Amino acid sequence: MAMQDLDPSEFKTQAPDAHGQVSTLKELGDEMKAKLARLGLMIAEEAGAGTYLQRDQTTSLCSTRSKGVEVLPIRQALQRYDWLKDYSWVAVKADTDKFTRDAASAPPDVVQGYFVRGLKGQVERAPVQTCLYVESRSTKQVVHNIVIAEEGSEINIITGCLAHGGIGRAMHEGISEFYVKKGAKVTFTMIHEWQEQMEVRPRTAIVLDEGAAFINNYIALKPVGSIQSNPIAYLNGDNSRVMFQTILYGKGSSRMDLGSRAVLKGRNTSAEMVSRIITRDKADVVARGLIVGDAPGAKGHLECRGLLLSDTSRIDSIPELDAKNPDVNITHEAAVGKISPDEINYLMARGATEDEATSMIINGFLSFDLSELPPEIAKETKKLVDQTMKGL
Amino acid sequence: MLDIRNISVSVGEGKERKPVLKDLSLHVEDGEVHVIFGPNGSGKTTLVQTMLGYPGYTIDSGKIEIDGADITQLPINERVARGLGVVFQHPPAVRGIKLNDMANLVLKKKNTDDVLPETADWAKRLNMEAFLKRDVNYGFSGGEKKRAEVMQIILQNPSFLLLDEPDSGVDVENVEIIGRLLNKFLQRDLKPQARKKAAVIITHLGYLLNFVKTDRAHVLCDGQFLCSGDPKEIYANILKNGFDKCQNSCLYSVREEAGCVVPDGTGRE
Repeated sequence: MAMQDLDPSEFKTQAPDAHGQVSTLKELGDEMKAKLARLGLMIAEEAGAGTYLQRDQTTSLCSTRSKGVEVLPIRQALQRYDWLKDYSWVAVKADTDKFTRDAASAPPDVVQGYFVRGLKGQVERAPVQTCLYVESRSTKQVVHNIVIAEEGSEINIITGCLAHGGIGRAMHEGISEFYVKKGAKVTFTMIHEWQEQMEVRPRTAIVLDEGAAFINNYIALKPVGSIQSNPIAYLNGDNSRVMFQTILYGKGSSRMDLGSRAVLKGRNTSAEMVSRIITRDKADVVARGLIVGDAPGAKGHLECRGLLLSDTSRIDSIPELDAKNPDVNITHEAAVGKISPDEINYLMARGATEDEATSMIINGFLSFDLSELPPEIAKETKKLVDQTMKGL
Repeated sequence: MLDIRNISVSVGEGKERKPVLKDLSLHVEDGEVHVIFGPNGSGKTTLVQTMLGYPGYTIDSGKIEIDGADITQLPINERVARGLGVVFQHPPAVRGIKLNDMANLVLKKKNTDDVLPETADWAKRLNMEAFLKRDVNYGFSGGEKKRAEVMQIILQNPSFLLLDEPDSGVDVENVEIIGRLLNKFLQRDLKPQARKKAAVIITHLGYLLNFVKTDRAHVLCDGQFLCSGDPKEIYANILKNGFDKCQNSCLYSVREEAGCVVPDGTGRE
C-alpha cells in the first residue's frame, strides 16, 4: 500500500471525555508511566517549565510552571486569545493533502493539541514536555499544535508520541505549526514510539523571522506500521537558521517515508540536515531532504547516512538541492550501505571483539549533536538512544 | 618472540586464487627490531594482514607463533590480547568514533567518554590534543593519522609491534617526531639485553631508520625473502639500486655489495 492510499475516514476519533484527567503524571497507570520514563518524559514534573499530556482526544494534564512560557490546550488558547486564529492553519495549509483536510474538517470540540508560547524576551532552558498518547483500539488521534516563540524568547520542548500496547491498527494525524519570531530560538526534540500497526501522518511547518533559530531532533527507534512526514521550514527572516537531525531505526516491516525541507528565503539564512538511518528485517525507509536556496548568502548542507543490517531492508535516500539564486551555497552528501569490514577490523586490531566493534560503530553512527539542547533533554535523549542500541 | 614458520598464503578464491607469500619464515626475538623492505606488489601488505589475521587471506601452509603459542587461526582481537599491536599504513576513518574512544578502547576503559590522564599526556606530546574529540582519522592529514596511530599504540603498549609503512605519506618533520618516540617505545635506548619490546617495520622508503635503530633487515620480493642482513648495508644498496627489476637490482647487487646470503635455491653464491 502506498503511503497516500491510507484512508483517514476508516478510523474513528474518541470523545474528548473518554479518559480522565490527572493532576500529576505520577497518577498514571504503570504501563504509561514506564513508557514516559523511558522516553525521558517524566523529567519535567519537577524540573520542567510545563507539561501537556493528551490521551486520544482527552487533555489529561496541562500545566505551566514557568513565568517564561505558557502551555495551554489548543481549544482553550483559541478561545482565550483572539489573535491566535492568525496562526491557526497558516503555516500548514488546510488543503495540503487529504490528511490535513481530514484534520481541518474534524469538529472543533474533538480536535485537541497543545499551545506553547515563549513569552517575549524570556529564555527558558527548563524543558516543556508534551506527550501524545494513542490509547484506544482502532482510534484516530487528531492533534493540532501551535508553538509561538515570541521575540527574543527561547523554548525547549521534548515531546513523546506513543501508542498503548495491543490496540491494533490505529492512526495519528498531527498538525504542528511553529512560529519563531525575531531572535527567538526553539529546540524541539521529538521521540516516536509507535506500534507495528500504527499509521502516522504528521504535518509540520515552521516559519522563522529574522535571526530566529529552530533546532529539530527527531528520533524513531521502534517499529511502526507506516509513517510519512516531511516538515517544512520557511526561513523568511534574514540570518535565521534551522537544523534537522534525524535518527531512525527501522525494523520489522516498518515503512517510513521521512524527510525535512527548508526554504531559504531570507538573506544569509542557513539549513543543516543530518540523518542517520539503520534498517534491519524488512524495514523500508525513504529519507528525503530538500533545501531551496532563494536568497543571497543562503547556505545549506544535507547529510544522509544509512546502514543496512539485513539483506531484506531498504534505504532510499533522496536529497534535493534547489538553487534559485547564484549567491547560495548548498551541498549534500549521502552514503548508504553495510558496515565496512575495514572499520570492524580496525577496532578489532585495537582489542575489540567483533561484536563490540560492530556495536561501537553503530553507536557512533547514531551519535548526534546535542550541544544545542538543555542538559536534561540532552541526557535523556542520549540515554534513550544508548538503551535502544544495547538491544541491537 | 615472533616466529613465522614456512608460511604460504594466497588471496582470492577459485580461479582467481593467487599465491602471494611463498614458504616465508621470519624469527624475531624479544628486544629485536627487524625491517622488511620490498617494492610495491612484493607481498608486504599480505604479510601484515596475515600476521594480524585479517579475513581474505588463506594460509595454505605454515604457522605463526607468538611466545610459543600458535596464533595462526586466531581472530584479530585475540592476537592483540597476546601482545600484538599495529601501526596501520592507511587506518580507516570511522565516523562517530572519536580518537579518544580508540584510546579508551586500547586502555580497556570502554565505558567512559572521559579523557584519561595517560591519553591527555600522550596527546599533548604528539600535539594531538585538538583531535581527541574528533572522529578518528576523519579529515586527518597523513601526518595526523600517523601521530594518532602512534598515540594509540603507545597507550596499548603491545609487546610485539608491527609497523606498516610508518613513513609513507608523512612529512619529514612528522617522521622524525614519530621515529624518535617509537625508538624510545621500543627501548632502543636501553642496552640490548634490557630490551623486551620487539617489532617488525615494513617499509619501502626506509627514512624512519634514521631515527629507529634496527637489528636486521630482510628484502621481500615476489612473496619471498631474497636476502637478510645488516639494515644499513641493505638500505644503502636499495637507495643506490632501487627496487626496479627486483630480481636483478635487489638480488644480485645486494648479494654482491652487501654480501648477504641469498636463499634462492640456485646454489649461486
